[in-house]
Amino acid sequence: MSLIRPDRRKTLGLLAGAAAGGLAGCGPRNDGRTHLRFWAMGNEATNVPQILPEFERLNPDIKVDVQALPWTAAHQKLLTAYAGDSLPDLSQVGNTWVSEMAAIGAISAMPAFASDLLTDQFPAVLETNEIGGRAVATPWYVDTRLIFYRSDLLQQAGYDAIPQTWAGWKQAMHAVKRVAGQDKYAVLLPVNEFEQLLTFGLQGADPLLRDQDTRGNFSSPSFVAALAFYKSLFDEGLAPVASSTQISNVWTEFERGWFSFYFSGPWTVGDFRNRLKPETQWMTSGVPGPTGPGASAPGGSSLVVYRSSPHQEAAWKLVRYLADPAVQARFNGITGNLPARESAWATPAVANDPAIAAFKGQLSRAKAVPKVPEWERIVTEMQIVAERMVRGEYTPETAAREIDVRADRLLEKRRWMIEQGRAS
Amino acid sequence: MTDVPATAATVAAKPARRAPTTRQRERAAWGFVAPALIAIAVFFAIPVFAALLLSLTDFDIYALADINNVRFVGLQNYERLFGNPLFWTAMKNTGLFALFGVPLSIAASLGAAVILNARMIRWRPMWRVMFFAPYVTTLVATAVLWNYLLHTRYGIINWAISGIGLPPVDWLGDPSTSIPAILMFVVWKIFGYNMLIFLAVLQTVPDDLYEAARIDGAGPWKSFTNVTLPAIGPTLLLVSIISVAGFFQLFAEPYVMTQGGPAQSTVTVLYFMYEEGFKWWNLGSASAVAFVLFLCILAVTLVQLAVAKRMGAYE
Repeated sequence: MSLIRPDRRKTLGLLAGAAAGGLAGCGPRNDGRTHLRFWAMGNEATNVPQILPEFERLNPDIKVDVQALPWTAAHQKLLTAYAGDSLPDLSQVGNTWVSEMAAIGAISAMPAFASDLLTDQFPAVLETNEIGGRAVATPWYVDTRLIFYRSDLLQQAGYDAIPQTWAGWKQAMHAVKRVAGQDKYAVLLPVNEFEQLLTFGLQGADPLLRDQDTRGNFSSPSFVAALAFYKSLFDEGLAPVASSTQISNVWTEFERGWFSFYFSGPWTVGDFRNRLKPETQWMTSGVPGPTGPGASAPGGSSLVVYRSSPHQEAAWKLVRYLADPAVQARFNGITGNLPARESAWATPAVANDPAIAAFKGQLSRAKAVPKVPEWERIVTEMQIVAERMVRGEYTPETAAREIDVRADRLLEKRRWMIEQGRAS
Repeated sequence: MTDVPATAATVAAKPARRAPTTRQRERAAWGFVAPALIAIAVFFAIPVFAALLLSLTDFDIYALADINNVRFVGLQNYERLFGNPLFWTAMKNTGLFALFGVPLSIAASLGAAVILNARMIRWRPMWRVMFFAPYVTTLVATAVLWNYLLHTRYGIINWAISGIGLPPVDWLGDPSTSIPAILMFVVWKIFGYNMLIFLAVLQTVPDDLYEAARIDGAGPWKSFTNVTLPAIGPTLLLVSIISVAGFFQLFAEPYVMTQGGPAQSTVTVLYFMYEEGFKWWNLGSASAVAFVLFLCILAVTLVQLAVAKRMGAYE
């Protein structure tokens, strides 16, 4: 029946070739060098190979194998790798995951010879990398969220800059809405994103968790005030009740003036430059706080060396290289990531960029979020309640109580761990 | 239960020289079923039992670090699960997927099979391959393709809808259309497989039955309901059981296309379990979800079997 008769010799040759190729790929490497497995994510994974040849030239006995992970799957992948005992030698991790990776004991504590890496850093960023008073990860690049605004519309409304208090900012929003049109809004606060409310909540005097981070403290006066401010922006028609998936294109909507204030991080600088029409005027500004310039959460990525790695020394060499201010400045030129070392900010590319200037101020005001492995889940629940509050199901006070109930339930295990003396 | 292996052994030892004793027969029978039993035990019974045990503990990220941090919590995971609105949303979504997806996919595959089985269709192998191709194509690749087809502004589906003067639909961005959009994709993706099963069984229906029906004056519809349907009854049952199990386990499609959104409208039970287990790393409560899902599928299948028995689809 078959029309194509497979040639036996050709097939065998093909199979042998494939087998040989496979062997070459998987066989033991006998080139006498230390092979470091380095997991990186997203944009960093794409670009880090560009700065590695220099490292390999300086350390001829080390070869770095970079493996790229997508951001959306990276967190699961790291935990699964830990469970399966197949973690790499070192990897990039999101700042907020450090506490989790430390809680499961995956991270190798920073050795004494590397302690100088902790100088010349933003204090709040450094704090997110410390667990129990001890640094476990090295900041690689930093980011934080602040406000991108339409400077042209703000000017038409009679403002040169964003007033730095909540009350003043809200007045400016009303003024901008009058200029932009009543069918438009002033600020975009997607109801499915927790970052905006978290920023307002962080600005208050009270901590978000209490009792050694084992109970929610969302009913504190300052967080209730943040909830009330957040809710009022929706109630007064300044923010649309929309989730981020309902906004098909943030850039066009920003350009049309559908909203004039947008919460985002440094990655948006490049996006706005590439995608907005040149006549659309915009600038960045620090986040207003309840009574003056406010805090926001420090973000970014850190480098961690895993305890399971047999190449500790080589791995720390690579961390030292990547944290070097000169290398960071170069990496900033390639990726646009903001360098973690403060001295790298002096390079012209960073220092002369007006849109970046506000980030430095915002980073110096940054405030670390509680470092408990449950944190991400707590803020997710916080936002679910906040969305319902915006839709009218709760008042700020009842919403705060509900968030506390949910946080306490999530922290139940942690309370038990602390009672048993198994966690700190 | 005991007579089944005995029959198998009798068949196997039919041209025997000397009639084996009952004990020998039994031993042979156990020998024959042992590989299957071992496989079922290793890959089914033990994991299900382990999941049941795990669902009674609070295995979480702390336990991953040190197994001594596991606590036995009894039915607490189940209690919290039933008090979690997102779980009920997931149940409702999964129910909707199964309720509409199973009949739709069976109708599509049966329709395609009947048409392909008809005498006047030409190029039959080509059609068969075309209908079967989606089933064997990588899910992620087809999902990406459908994301484009369903795109609000550039998608061909909305282009057709606007062609007849209706406003475009934000298929994957609107909580009320996301389930229909994913259903379309899933039915298109899987109907080819069931079609092949139906096609195979349709070809076993003897022609003289149709001939007799025609002589008795039955039209195409009458001969379909009175000849084809009874002949394929058992297959219909099999396909519906497989489809129900398949739709209850829907995961990859929403994971690739919507990540459970918009507004959690496409979170299925399995997606919920995945998030519990691998996003939040609460393997205890994830196992509880898995066990509830297992019981649901079992219950629906038993109901299906009972209904089919009453209708005489099998003995």
